[in-house]
Amino acid sequence: MSTRELLDPTAERTPARRERAPRPPALDGLTVGLLDIAKARGDVFLDRIDALLTARGLRIVRFRKPTFAKVLPAELADQISSRCQVVVEALAD
Amino acid sequence: MLTDAQPVADGLVAVVKRDCPTCRLVAPVLAQLNAAGVPLTVYSQDDPTFPEGLAPVDDTALAVSYRLEIEAVPALLRLQQGRVVDRLAGWSRADWEALTGVAGLGPGLPHYRPGCGSRSVEPGIAEELAARYGGARLRSRRIPLGELEDEIEACYARGWTDGLPVVPPTRERVLRMLEGTSRDPAEGVAVVPPDLVACTVEKVAINAVLAGCRPEYLPVVLAAVEAACTDTFNVHGLLATTYAASPVVIVNGPVTRAIGMNAGINALGQGNRANATIGRALQLVVRNVGGGRPGEVDRATLGQPGKYTFCFAEDEEGSPWEPLSVERGLPADASAVTLFAGEGPRVVMDQLSRTPESLARSLAWCLRTIAHPKLVLAFDAFVVVSPEHARVFRDASWTKARLREELHALLTIPGEELVRGAGGCTEGMPDELVGTSLPKFRPDGVWFVHAGGPAGLFSTIIGGWGAGYTGSRPVTREVTR
Repeated sequence: MSTRELLDPTAERTPARRERAPRPPALDGLTVGLLDIAKARGDVFLDRIDALLTARGLRIVRFRKPTFAKVLPAELADQISSRCQVVVEALAD
Repeated sequence: MLTDAQPVADGLVAVVKRDCPTCRLVAPVLAQLNAAGVPLTVYSQDDPTFPEGLAPVDDTALAVSYRLEIEAVPALLRLQQGRVVDRLAGWSRADWEALTGVAGLGPGLPHYRPGCGSRSVEPGIAEELAARYGGARLRSRRIPLGELEDEIEACYARGWTDGLPVVPPTRERVLRMLEGTSRDPAEGVAVVPPDLVACTVEKVAINAVLAGCRPEYLPVVLAAVEAACTDTFNVHGLLATTYAASPVVIVNGPVTRAIGMNAGINALGQGNRANATIGRALQLVVRNVGGGRPGEVDRATLGQPGKYTFCFAEDEEGSPWEPLSVERGLPADASAVTLFAGEGPRVVMDQLSRTPESLARSLAWCLRTIAHPKLVLAFDAFVVVSPEHARVFRDASWTKARLREELHALLTIPGEELVRGAGGCTEGMPDELVGTSLPKFRPDGVWFVHAGGPAGLFSTIIGGWGAGYTGSRPVTREVTR
C-alpha cells in the first residue's frame, strides 16, 4: 500500500475510493462470466470452475482477453457487462 | 521521543545543539542558572546527553523546536501559562541577564556571540516538520494514491483539473501555501456556487497549489474568491450562462509589485506566473469546491480561453488616472482585486489620433459592437488603455470622467438605428424605442484600466455580461495578508 497522499481539493461529496459493487447474496439464476486473461494455464483453473458451477445449474459464458499484457478491450468489457451479472477472472502462471 | 502533544513547562526554556559552538560556550551559563535555582528546561536538538549534568530533554525529533518556532540556537525563552512571553537567540550577556533576572552570567565569556541556525529550519527538514507536526491543522480528506499511480495523472483521473496539468496538492505543499496568509486554515472564505459549499482558507490553498501559485499569491486568490462569491458579482449566473463570459481579475496596489505581477508588455498574455496562476486558482475553486464544471452547470455555448485564467495588474505608476481600486473607493495604499464578468479581449487599433476627441471616437465605435451594435444597456465594458493611448488623454488633461462623458455622448444612439429590422437586421431593441435615444452603457457601465507595453497605439476592450442587478456588477475587495 502506498503511503503517498494528496489533499482533496473538492467539497468531498463523492467517496475517496470507489466502492466495490455489492456482492449478490446467491448465484441462483445469474449468468457467470469466466474471463481468461490469456496467461498460461489460466484455462485449467477456469475449466474446473466451469465444471463446478455448471454442476450447480448455473449458466456460464466464457471470455478471453487477446493478451494479458494489455488492458481489457472496451468491446469485450461491454460484452461481459451486458451478458453477465458475475465474473470470475483467472490469473495464473 | 517527545510528541507534539506533550506540554512545555513554564519558566525558562533553552534550546541547544551540540553542533553549535555558541551552544557549547553557554553550557556553563545554563549550569549557572540551574545552580541558582531558576526553573529551567533544556532541550537538545542533536545529542540528548548535551549539555552534560543538566538532564536535557531529547528534542532530536524537533517537535518542541518546531512548536516554539526556534530559528536559531542557543535559544532562551520564557513561558507563562504555556505561552512564550520573551525570547532571545545567541549569546549576549546583557540580554541573558535581562531575560533571566540573574546577574553575573558567564564570567570570562565574551560579551556577545551569534548563534547557529536551528535544525528545525534547515532546508528539507522544515517542510518535513511542517507536514508531521503542522499537518494536524489540516482537515481536508486525504486521498491515498495507488502504488503505481502517477501523481499528475491521479489529479486528472479525479477530475480536479481544467485540462492542463496541475501541481499535486501534497500536505507539504499545502502547508507551505498556507504560510502565505495569517488566516486560520479553518476560517470560512465564501459560500461557493453552484453547489453552495462553505469554502475554507484551506480549500482555497489546496486549489492554489493545484493552480501553481506561490504562497505569497494566496491573499490575492482569497480576495478574488470572496469577491466572486458575492450576490453582486454572481459567479453562479456567470458560470451557468450560455454566454462566453467568465471572471476577469484586475489587481491593484503594492501587492502587484511585491509578487511580481505583469502590468506591462503582454499584460493580458502568457508568461507571468502570478498573472497566470491567480486567475486559474479562482477557476479551480469554482470547479472543485463549487462543483462548477463544463457541460454540467457551466452551459457556455462556446466559452473562451479566459476561462482557464484571466488576471492582470494595473500599471498605476504610468497612468494618467487614479487607479481602478481608488476609483472604486479604496485608499491609494491598499491592495485590491476587482472582478469583472468579461468576455475575451479585443483590440482597438488607432495609430493616427492625437486628440482625445478623435481617439474617443475610435473607442466608441469599437465599444458599440459589444455583443451586437444594435443591443444597448445589457453589457458593461472595461477598456484597457495602453500607455501610448493614455498619453493622448494625459496631454489633453482628460480625466476618466471627461472621457466617460464623451463616450456617453458618442454612444447615445437613436432608437431608429437600434430597433428590430433596422439596417436590414432582425436583431435589435423593441419597436417602441423609435423616437427615443438610448445610451449603449449604463451610467457606471464603462471602466478604464491602464496597462500594457510602452509601444503600440492599441487599446483593448473587454466586453461584459448581463450588466446590472440581474446579471453581474464589478466587485472590489481589499487584499490583506
